[in-house]
Amino acid sequence: MGLLVAQLLTGLANAAALFLVASGLSLIFGVTRIVNFAHGSFYMLGAYFGVSLMDHLTGGFGFWTSIVLAGLIVGLIGVVVEILVLRPIYRAPELFQLVATFGVILVIQDLTLMIWGAEDQMGPRAPGLKSVVRIMGEPVPQYDLALIAITPFILFALWWLISRTRVGILVRAATQDREMVGALGVNQSWLFTGVFFLGSTLAGLGGAIQLPKGGADLLMDLNIISAVFVVVVIGGMGSILGAFVASVLISVLNVFGVAYIPQSTLVLMYVVMAVVLLVRPYGLFGREEKAGEHGQVGEPDRPIRPAGTLGKSLVALLIAVLALVPLYGGNFTQVLITDILIFCLFAASLQFMLSVGGLVSFGHAAYFGGGAYAAALLVTYADTPMELAFLFAPLAAGLLAIVFGWFCIRLSGVYFAMLTLAFSQLVWSLVFQWYDVTGGDDGLVNIWPAAWLSGTTAYYYFTLIVGIGGIILLRHITHAPFGYALRATRDSARQAEATGINVKLVQWTAFATAGAMAGLAGGLFVFSKGSVFPNELEISKSFDALIVVFLGGVKTLSGGVVGAAFMESVKDWLTRLEYWRLILGLLIIFVVIIAPEGIVGTLRKAAERVGLRRTEEFMR
Amino acid sequence: MKQFRKLVAAATMLAAAAAPSFAADTIKIGEINHYKRLAAFAEPYKKGIELAVEEINGAGGVLGKPLEFIFRDDNGKPGDAVKIAEELMTRDGAVMLTGTILSNIGLAISSLAGEKGYIYLAAEPLADALVWQSGNPYTFRLRTSTYVQAAMLAEEAAKTDAIRYATIAPNYAYGTAAVEAFKENLKKLKPEVEFVTEQWPALFKIDAGAEVQALEAAKPDAIYNVTFGTDLQKFVREGTTRGLFDGRKVYGLLTGEPEYLDPLADEAPEGWFVTGYPWYGFTEGPAKEFVDAYIAAYPDETPKIGSLVGYMTAKSIAAALDKAGSTETDAILAAFEDLTVDTPMGEIVYRGLDNQSTMGAYVGTTALKDGKGVMVDWEYKNPVSYMPSDDEIKAMRPAE
Repeated sequence: MGLLVAQLLTGLANAAALFLVASGLSLIFGVTRIVNFAHGSFYMLGAYFGVSLMDHLTGGFGFWTSIVLAGLIVGLIGVVVEILVLRPIYRAPELFQLVATFGVILVIQDLTLMIWGAEDQMGPRAPGLKSVVRIMGEPVPQYDLALIAITPFILFALWWLISRTRVGILVRAATQDREMVGALGVNQSWLFTGVFFLGSTLAGLGGAIQLPKGGADLLMDLNIISAVFVVVVIGGMGSILGAFVASVLISVLNVFGVAYIPQSTLVLMYVVMAVVLLVRPYGLFGREEKAGEHGQVGEPDRPIRPAGTLGKSLVALLIAVLALVPLYGGNFTQVLITDILIFCLFAASLQFMLSVGGLVSFGHAAYFGGGAYAAALLVTYADTPMELAFLFAPLAAGLLAIVFGWFCIRLSGVYFAMLTLAFSQLVWSLVFQWYDVTGGDDGLVNIWPAAWLSGTTAYYYFTLIVGIGGIILLRHITHAPFGYALRATRDSARQAEATGINVKLVQWTAFATAGAMAGLAGGLFVFSKGSVFPNELEISKSFDALIVVFLGGVKTLSGGVVGAAFMESVKDWLTRLEYWRLILGLLIIFVVIIAPEGIVGTLRKAAERVGLRRTEEFMR
Repeated sequence: MKQFRKLVAAATMLAAAAAPSFAADTIKIGEINHYKRLAAFAEPYKKGIELAVEEINGAGGVLGKPLEFIFRDDNGKPGDAVKIAEELMTRDGAVMLTGTILSNIGLAISSLAGEKGYIYLAAEPLADALVWQSGNPYTFRLRTSTYVQAAMLAEEAAKTDAIRYATIAPNYAYGTAAVEAFKENLKKLKPEVEFVTEQWPALFKIDAGAEVQALEAAKPDAIYNVTFGTDLQKFVREGTTRGLFDGRKVYGLLTGEPEYLDPLADEAPEGWFVTGYPWYGFTEGPAKEFVDAYIAAYPDETPKIGSLVGYMTAKSIAAALDKAGSTETDAILAAFEDLTVDTPMGEIVYRGLDNQSTMGAYVGTTALKDGKGVMVDWEYKNPVSYMPSDDEIKAMRPAE
């Protein structure tokens, strides 16, 4: 009994930092509709500032002052980010802001490394709260009790702010209908900035307040972000109370998970999330999403048509040049282009569901990595010939997508995206923790192609044929009747339904197709590298694909491929530099702000302006 | 068609310009590591290599040419590492590969090495699979094997009267292997021990309070710790606060290495029996000479185990090249067979049996001195007697 109580208390104490960060994220999302992936970075900054401040301010008063100051500093940084990065793109589609926040993550990571160095910083212990209290015979750290006391206080303060003050009324109004609030004469910009300040401050506080239990290190931004998303999604996006209940739930579950199923703690969290979303798609306290964006934001989509003669011959020329690479390029050039082609196919598969289908997936890596793992598992355990295992990759990924897709397509917008993220994290945690089968972090190695494909050049041609074949197939589907139906569901689900299109079935098929093609890319990947590891299933892999689709141009057909080719080539050069993440982050932010149409979209516009290309008729 | 030919010509020229001129005046070694992802560990390692290279080149280099390391960052991604390995070998003209700390990347490069016939000296990866279950003729490994270090701790543990053991280890291959080796060796020496609980926090995501409670609940006599880095800091703090270590013997794998002990500062645990690197305790011999040389070269720093590994890596490569007499893969491969190298730890041998070096380990007890964790009563142990038998190793290694 005593142990049970002690465990419960540990869970409650752990919930404190999680709640602070999650409530900030939830607030920001509720009002601005921005899924702020950089929120973990604010948490990390809070920890670093906290450590530095605590070096100078000593004693109990100094300790708590440092925490508050760290929160405020991070809040101000949040304001800077909001004004410089997000304000220029509020009118852009929601997902642009998401990509921009990913750029912010990269920038903050490198800046933190520059300022504080690589060494992990250990947080000081709270003065006066260093020992334990015996509760029913079990030792409970005093600081844990302090955290448990602080959390409801902050919850209450937030509740008071939201429901009892004028600011709170505005925030609630903006959460429900921000356009109406704007129409009523409220200056939205400053409201957004204010909310961003509050949300970032909470994240900073969370980072500083956990210092006595942890410290500050460079991995903590991405380490917390997935847990925070789980909390926000379970609690309901935009709900403070939901964030509180969910952080307590997750933390307590985790403590008991550690005690009773110590090897599956990560899996547990994502299973809970998936189950909650299945039963209550909008989270425990969330409200149903009113069609977030009315129709299309920004310029209308252009009608698409198959490439003309010029386009086709250019592509043919490019393929011919690629086919001749082994004649003049070195071994490494082929390796590099193989990598690029694989990534292009992966990006094209995401673009197919994202641009053509309007289905924004945050977890596309699950199918890429899923395909790679499926093939690798067959080779490892059944000694399957490479050719067969390779065919199995798209098949298995497609099957996975069919299963997950069935659940996901019942939702739309951000909740759809979140559920795809939950499923991909579930796959990742399974692979990561099911050590006996998947090899966990040590992955599966020695997955090499059959003898006839084992040379670099042979595999290069194989990738060229399969990769470009896959991309062309996806393009072909886009122009086929199915592609038209899919676009109809994207542009207006209701009208599509009325014309007799089975919207959900079409979306489901598109989901599965995209998954299978991602799996094909995964299959190519695993045999080119000879090994596969859980990082191919990580969030950042999904983000890589999202970023290149945006970089290339969401509202284009070839954006994913062009973006991927551009990004992989640039990265190959960029990663040789010391602070390449800073540069890459700035590049992403720059593209999002200056050229939101991406590379292809911007080029197309430029071509129209100088008269190289006819302007679309509907735009005149 | 004319246009097409022009394009090909242009592309050819571009490729030719991009390919670096193969300067034949240095011998290049490709070094891949996680300079960003694990900067705190990779930097001392790099400094160790640079110190050794300076010494080697100061003494005339190898085979009459200066030795040069090309350092590349893989961002902690195995896929990137494989690509970079290809680039180093086929474009940059490296004669062999070395590097990596993370086991998974070591395994990825080793697999590539076996497939393509590149020589790879795995410097720091901890996974024993590199030379055993997934071993191949082209992969060599310098760092003391995890199995051996665990066996050294087990030997010490068997001397006490503790029966009930608890283990805590990160839930990935290195952690599982370390726990398995400890259990196997301890049971061999003392069959009556029982393992009452095993904790497996996810790497760098430890929930220390909950872990400490779970360990406490099992009421063990002794604890075997494999956590490191930030996980170790959190574990030690929660464990100390909650009195987990009171009256219990703790055995810590790698806990005594400066990389992990230094960040703990005055909270470093006392009385743990650990493997590590007590550079501050050397008074004479090559071990001391290395420490002095390192501090002379980098006055703002103290040596880490990574510095030593980096130094020994470069020395091993130089020795192999000297013995080979050429930079041909076959010659280097033959040279590595039972290669002996003089190092700060004394003479080590790359065993022909499994390509593992006989680098040993320092074991000792942790203590606090001037507000810092140190190892006391330490000694250097030769690994050979702790290795599994030759037959066991042969059975583990894939047929060649």
